Amino acid sequence: MTESIQAPTKSILRIEDMWAGYDGEAVLEDIQFEMFTGDYVGIIGPNGGGKTTLIKVILGLLPVMRGSVSVLGQSPVQARDRLGYVPQVSRTDRDFPISVWDVVRMGREKAGFLGVRSLSAQDKQAIERALGQADVLDLAKRSFNELSGGQRQRVLIARALATNPEILVLDEPTANVDGQSTARLYDLLAELNQSLSILLVSHDLMAISTHVKTIACVNRKMVYHNEKVLTQEMMDLGYECPVELLAHGVPHRVLAYHDHDHLSSNTSHKLEDNQDV
Amino acid sequence: MFNTLAEIFSYEFMQNALLAGVLESLVSGIIGTLVVLNRMVGISGGIAHAAYGGVGIASYFGFDPVLGAVLFSLLSSVTMGVAHRKLRERSDTMIGVMWAVGMATGIIFVSLTPGYRANLMSYLFGSILAVSKQDIWWMAGIALATVLFVVLFYRQLLAISFDEEFATVRNLPVTALSVLLLIMTGLTVVVAMRVVGLIMVIALLTIPSAIASMFFKNMRVIMLVAVGLGIVFISAGLVISFLSNLPAAAVIILLAGLVYFLAFVIKRILLKTKT
Repeated sequence: MTESIQAPTKSILRIEDMWAGYDGEAVLEDIQFEMFTGDYVGIIGPNGGGKTTLIKVILGLLPVMRGSVSVLGQSPVQARDRLGYVPQVSRTDRDFPISVWDVVRMGREKAGFLGVRSLSAQDKQAIERALGQADVLDLAKRSFNELSGGQRQRVLIARALATNPEILVLDEPTANVDGQSTARLYDLLAELNQSLSILLVSHDLMAISTHVKTIACVNRKMVYHNEKVLTQEMMDLGYECPVELLAHGVPHRVLAYHDHDHLSSNTSHKLEDNQDV
Repeated sequence: MFNTLAEIFSYEFMQNALLAGVLESLVSGIIGTLVVLNRMVGISGGIAHAAYGGVGIASYFGFDPVLGAVLFSLLSSVTMGVAHRKLRERSDTMIGVMWAVGMATGIIFVSLTPGYRANLMSYLFGSILAVSKQDIWWMAGIALATVLFVVLFYRQLLAISFDEEFATVRNLPVTALSVLLLIMTGLTVVVAMRVVGLIMVIALLTIPSAIASMFFKNMRVIMLVAVGLGIVFISAGLVISFLSNLPAAAVIILLAGLVYFLAFVIKRILLKTKT
């Protein structure tokens, strides 16, 4: 791990010259990326551009074809249980018979083989804390499949939090979530970012640009400058950027004047402003 | 009424049938719930039919057809499982091919087997009334393994069935348990084969847990209710078949199917009155 000289942050994710894909065909080419503690990175890109593949590599679910990936100083497979993974809600079975409590409890399952272990006081505490953080404590006894999209997404965030993660990794957290719940989700993430590093992936630039601290763009290749700037380079990568943003000219600083420590209420206004343009 | 029942179950073959039915319900209720939740119904249909290849080969070479079915269903369940994991959506075709090839192999070897062959048809259409003590021992062993499997790994199975990727990231033994589940599915198919025959295995595997999951939202409860429903269907089916002199397997399945449709309608009405 490399210590940065200027700031008390350290590198928590480092990807170098990385190629990855399926059946010998690369979906991601020559990816360079680095993330530091406290970062809140939004990765945007068109559908099919390799965002999910990138997440799979980071989570140790897909081996790379070339290059290296280091997560928290380890290989992704070694480090993956230190990451809090929040999958897309639509990837979970809508009709699965399970309670909210049992979903979040999954975050406390251990790698050990037998499942007869009873819940320790510590586990119970962690589950309750996670439910509270994600503001779903009152839903604990409810059935997961009778919740709204936004509520289910927050339950999945609670499950990730129950693992005591060092980095939160979210795949399209606002897909299948209505507008009001989306604003609430981003408020929650901003709050969590005060103690957690966050990496989130979305095809929806408008939604994330107002909330994250830095933006990366992926479409086979990756452009990332560790700042909140949308460059010509990113546009050239083939991202179908919303017209509203292009209208401001390129390179475009996306709400760069924003104070990261006071996100939330201000932020949702800005989002509306942008949509009005 | 009670006297009639007492009389029916005074026959040893009926006692054996009832015992086989209880063991079968135990196995199918538990594994069937996991099969439905993991969307493995197609695979289990394939395993059931491929198992007939084992029945045919075993009877041709003169050893216990149940052993042949066990070996064949284990082989096919693991092969289909691996195909399913590697090929995902495209595994459909391969499962279909193995399904048919297993059947064809069985039919060829059965036709080559000299002598009395009617018994071999019973593997296709079930023969709960002809279960032997030896069959019951097989079933009891598999039932015990099933109960141990689900008691020991309940939490992991729940996590894997709900979200395999998350379970992998948490380093749960996803591959080992998926293979074990396939093996258990193969064994379940063999147990159900004795009761209702290979062709109707899927019904016993899916209907009880499908009904249970209409009304309960907890995997453990669904498993228990499915086991109970299985026992009701099989014992009631046995009595009806005894009294009406109709084939037991078909009566059991029709009864289960009937209750399924009734439950479906009741569920609909419940949903309507709720909203």
